[in-house]
Amino acid sequence: MSVELDVFVGNTTIMDEEVYQFWLDGYTVNDAVKVRMEGGVLEECEASAEVLRSDTMDQYRTFQMCERLLHSPAKLANQLLFQIPPHRQTMLIERYYTFDGVFVREVLGKKLSKGTKKDLDDVSAKTGVTLKSCRRQFDNFKRVFKVVEELKGPLVENIRQHFLLSDKLARDYAAIVFFANNRFETGKKKLHYLTFQDFAFCAGQLISNWTVGALDNMLEDMDVDLEKEFLQDLKELKILITDKDLLDQHKSLVCTALRGKTKAFNEMEANFKNLSRGLVNIAAKLTNTKDVRDFFIDLVEKFIEPCRSDKWTAGDMRLYLTHYTNSAHILDTFKHQVVWDRYMGVIKSCILKMYHD
Amino acid sequence: MPGKLKAKIVAGRHLPVMDRASDLTDAFVEVKFGNTTFKTDVYPKSLNPQWNSEWFKFEVDDEDLQDEPLQITVLDHDTYSANDAIGKVYIDIDPLLSSEAATVISGWFPIYDTIHGIRGEINVLVKVDLFNDLNRFRQSSCGVKFFCTTSIPRCYRAALVHGFVEELVVNEDPEYQWIDRIRTPRASNEARQRLISLMSGELQRKIGLKVLEMGGNAVVGYLQCFDLEGESGLVVRAIGTACTLDKLIPGTVLNECMCVCVCVCCCSLILSGMGSGISVGKEAGPLKTLLRQQAQSALEQREFPFFTLTCFPPGFLVHIGGVVSARSVKLLDRIHNPDEPETRDAWWEEIRQEIKSHAKALGCHAVVGYSESTTICEEVCILSASGTAAMLNPRFMREGCLDAGGSDQRLSRCGFCHIPYDEFNMPFPAQLTYCYHCRRQKVPDVLFTTIDLPAEAAVTGKGCLIQARLCRTKKKAQGEVNATAISNLLPFMEYELHTQLMNKLKLRCMNALFGLRIQISVGENMLLGLASATGVYLSALPAPGGIQIAGKTPSDLSYDQHISTMQKRINDTIVMNKELYNIHPPECIEEVVGSPIPDRQRSRLFRSTSESSDELSELDLSHGKKDAFVLEIDDTDAVEDIQSLLTDAPMPAGFYSCNTEVMPGIYNWTSGLQMFTSVRVYRLNNANLTNQGLNKIFTDLCENLLKSLYFKLRSMIPCCLCHLNFTVAVPEEELIQVRRHTPKNTSPILSIFPRNILNEEQLQFSMELCGESTSSNNQPTAKASERCSPLPEVRSRSLRSTRSLPCGAPVTVVKMTPLSFLPMTRIVKYLGIINMFFIRETTSLREEGGVSGFLHSFIAEVFAMVRAHVAALGGNAVVSYSMKECVFMENPNKNQAQCLINVSGDAVIFVRESDQEAIPPLITSGQTSTTGADGTT
Repeated sequence: MSVELDVFVGNTTIMDEEVYQFWLDGYTVNDAVKVRMEGGVLEECEASAEVLRSDTMDQYRTFQMCERLLHSPAKLANQLLFQIPPHRQTMLIERYYTFDGVFVREVLGKKLSKGTKKDLDDVSAKTGVTLKSCRRQFDNFKRVFKVVEELKGPLVENIRQHFLLSDKLARDYAAIVFFANNRFETGKKKLHYLTFQDFAFCAGQLISNWTVGALDNMLEDMDVDLEKEFLQDLKELKILITDKDLLDQHKSLVCTALRGKTKAFNEMEANFKNLSRGLVNIAAKLTNTKDVRDFFIDLVEKFIEPCRSDKWTAGDMRLYLTHYTNSAHILDTFKHQVVWDRYMGVIKSCILKMYHD
Repeated sequence: MPGKLKAKIVAGRHLPVMDRASDLTDAFVEVKFGNTTFKTDVYPKSLNPQWNSEWFKFEVDDEDLQDEPLQITVLDHDTYSANDAIGKVYIDIDPLLSSEAATVISGWFPIYDTIHGIRGEINVLVKVDLFNDLNRFRQSSCGVKFFCTTSIPRCYRAALVHGFVEELVVNEDPEYQWIDRIRTPRASNEARQRLISLMSGELQRKIGLKVLEMGGNAVVGYLQCFDLEGESGLVVRAIGTACTLDKLIPGTVLNECMCVCVCVCCCSLILSGMGSGISVGKEAGPLKTLLRQQAQSALEQREFPFFTLTCFPPGFLVHIGGVVSARSVKLLDRIHNPDEPETRDAWWEEIRQEIKSHAKALGCHAVVGYSESTTICEEVCILSASGTAAMLNPRFMREGCLDAGGSDQRLSRCGFCHIPYDEFNMPFPAQLTYCYHCRRQKVPDVLFTTIDLPAEAAVTGKGCLIQARLCRTKKKAQGEVNATAISNLLPFMEYELHTQLMNKLKLRCMNALFGLRIQISVGENMLLGLASATGVYLSALPAPGGIQIAGKTPSDLSYDQHISTMQKRINDTIVMNKELYNIHPPECIEEVVGSPIPDRQRSRLFRSTSESSDELSELDLSHGKKDAFVLEIDDTDAVEDIQSLLTDAPMPAGFYSCNTEVMPGIYNWTSGLQMFTSVRVYRLNNANLTNQGLNKIFTDLCENLLKSLYFKLRSMIPCCLCHLNFTVAVPEEELIQVRRHTPKNTSPILSIFPRNILNEEQLQFSMELCGESTSSNNQPTAKASERCSPLPEVRSRSLRSTRSLPCGAPVTVVKMTPLSFLPMTRIVKYLGIINMFFIRETTSLREEGGVSGFLHSFIAEVFAMVRAHVAALGGNAVVSYSMKECVFMENPNKNQAQCLINVSGDAVIFVRESDQEAIPPLITSGQTSTTGADGTT
């Protein structure tokens, strides 16, 4: 005797959050049943494996039917097929769009193209996230990217409204979209120690300070691209390293401020010129798309690594960057204070976020 | 002539992409009523068209208004080829014809296609202007209200109960017409849907006419069924109870407790013959008729004093005489003339006569809780009717004598238990005692009924669902031979089902069954019987004796040992069940009086068969021991019985189940409610199974189904599955189908209709969950209500809608329940009957997720369409919902499947009672009755 058909439909759609997670994680029905059995639901309810299996199948079917709606979450609220209480809808959407940190780290900054999608099996093998789940997450990124690409206005707000996501998740997606759009390099070995949250923070900084939408003209364009004019202006900062007087003056101002406040003072003094050249060169090169892509790798190579080998503490770093930024204001011949602040504000917070093991 | 129907097509949304090139659709709409068709303009290149059409006006007879549905077809315009249909919406405009019901139908309807399912939604406005018709010979019956509810609807008062109305119409099934060979499956499905819609409209109109003739204004307990007889045609039939209802002025809460009398359990079954429509058998045994001379003229003048109601106004019922049922096996032949459905009429007439005479034999002049059903396999059809024989208060039948019930006579809580017949002249042997409640009248030892537990009944402990399940093999045969074989098997099946029920009842230490429903379905090589009822301990009846096991042939020691272990297990189970159901009857002095059969608890089954109409076979199940129900283990049947007794798994803690509207012994309902449907189909691999093997499989299937439900609903504990309705079918060889529906409350109440499928059988039940916050101490009540009560939902919805900008107004939440009420709420308006029929077919079964995926989405779609229609009428719930029919056919080799579903219910508007102090009347009365029972017993 075999079960030919087994269906359970509620007027209010019944869903088990635990099973939903299994489904999202790409478990097969058999695997999900196994994990559930180990989890001890059976003893709790005196159910048999058969019952558990039937329940799991039902839930999987429901989720599959809902999946179409989850692709455009706004539809979920006014579709008629499933009667789902609003708090449930929110849960379904939020979980569907939640992604794995390990997975996103692999595709961050890559082009969201078919080619990348083909390589997902490698990613799956590497991260231990099931291929099914990888595909879902990748498709989510792509879907959000496509929708937002054509919209005007603030990025985070657009994502939140179109996909009904929480603020936190919308910000994460904004970072993913921003990275994918600018194709920032994140896969190099030197960058492996950075987590997605580090990058997401940096992306947030860049979006809110360096893009077109960052300034007053909020409605003009969306903030996926860095502002061209600003990047041009950054070239002017070169004077800080090309003008010898200015460089020396800057150095002495910073050293005076730092003396006696840190153990790493000697290293700072010795390395000042190198470090300053590093930061200013990064700024000057950002007009090239290629160099924009290498922004994070440059930050690590030119600045973070030398400091780390000199064993600066996080406190040292903060102190140094604060004085380095502020001292430039006292330089008489340096006229680009506004651009400098806009540049260093972001650089400082990014470096502070990225300066860890 | 006297009606103007107006329809306006506003907009569409979420339409499917019909033009692959542009990924868009050029949609327009055809609106059709009768033979008139209107079209909207084409709204080019949009998936969310805004037609905003003019008002399309149809001037039609009210006869047509009742029969015809408004048909809306959405199409994709194609310049070069034929326009592609996207889907259709059928709108039944009947609710607009009654002045008290809905005035406008307005809302989003799912656009339905029989091949693709729901494809987007359409916003429609419909209105009707009716002119007064003074024609005395009119054929329409506008204004007669229909209710599926089997009690007097909550916001009405019964001024007069007129009685039984029935009608049937027959037609050829379009699926079997010659034209079906050349038309597309879609066209054929649509022809069928439309025909059935027309037929049910016509049926309703005809019944309405009968009601008007009787002087009534409403039909309560309206039960409509389809018989898909295949080659021989399509029968739509309906029964109901004609009433004159007065609308209650809101605020005046009528004392709604009901006085029902239930008496002796007598299961008499009658088979009338086989052969094409020729009844061989006549009425059964020469029962000593003992009509008590009473003023019953009002009832006796009626042809059939039947009532489809299961709950009654106070004082309506006086005594009850037990279950009466009749079955008849018929051979189907082609319906030659659709306009003269006489053969079918005659069949039913016969059965009703039998029921009537059974009731007479029990000393009763009426039958309540009456229902009819059929099961068809190839050309054999079993017609069944069952009900509860009762004595009614004639006051309700006469004009102008009805005032607020219960004032003139104190409602007694045990009156319904008292026997209606003469104790010295009993129609069957039973043991009588003085009523344990009033000590004045005689009561039987056990009661079986098909009605709901009367609200005022004194109950000890809680109730529970009791099921008897049975499988019998039969040889494959054709025509008359087959019919004879079936008729020969039927009496044995009924007998065994009855024995099982009785054993299980005793095992649970209960003494009465309510809501008894016995379904027998035929397959090619087996018969399936499924009896479901709710067992209770009525305080007025004597305590049931235990069960004794006796070996007839005392042989070796191990055998005795085996018996004693069995006995011990049974005794332990009884003790455990007493604890579980909280049954602690006060120890009573044994005072058996005046009974012809002294000193024994007996259960006798009285039956008669048509073949042997003069001989009366009585089976005495009792053995010589005092106060015990004895099972003889030598008998293989008994071994089976015992096995099945003990294999019934106990319900997990926190769950209760019953198949009646309210769970006896539980009164703290919450408003959380969840309804669900479950369908299962099993394939039997081993063709050569014995009866016992089949029984075991069948029992396991039912048990598994229940277990599955308990597991699914575990998050809702404490919960009660109410109105659990099982349907079993044997759709094709080696396939059993069981269906159940369940409505349940999101918090403590939950009703379910499950339906699962087993080897060619179908079983349907609906259940409801009820949270029991007061008695279960370890369950934090606050948490439960917080989780489930709809209030937090509403709040979060409003929050949400402010956030989700693009998605317009939120969808109205529509509750569905098979109950006639929603706990903790008050129904303020009945908007009309919902009666819908859908067909869904697929030619890409695998792609749609196999049979389960296909049916899952179809049921979800049906729910969605019912909700949409209710919402469009302005309602927020469907009560008395039931899935009458769910026929599923598949052909996996061709990758095809087809499914037919018929659902019905009453659309209502309810308001929450949370802000009022009043507890629903029914609950109040229930509570008083328990406390009363505790005090008196």
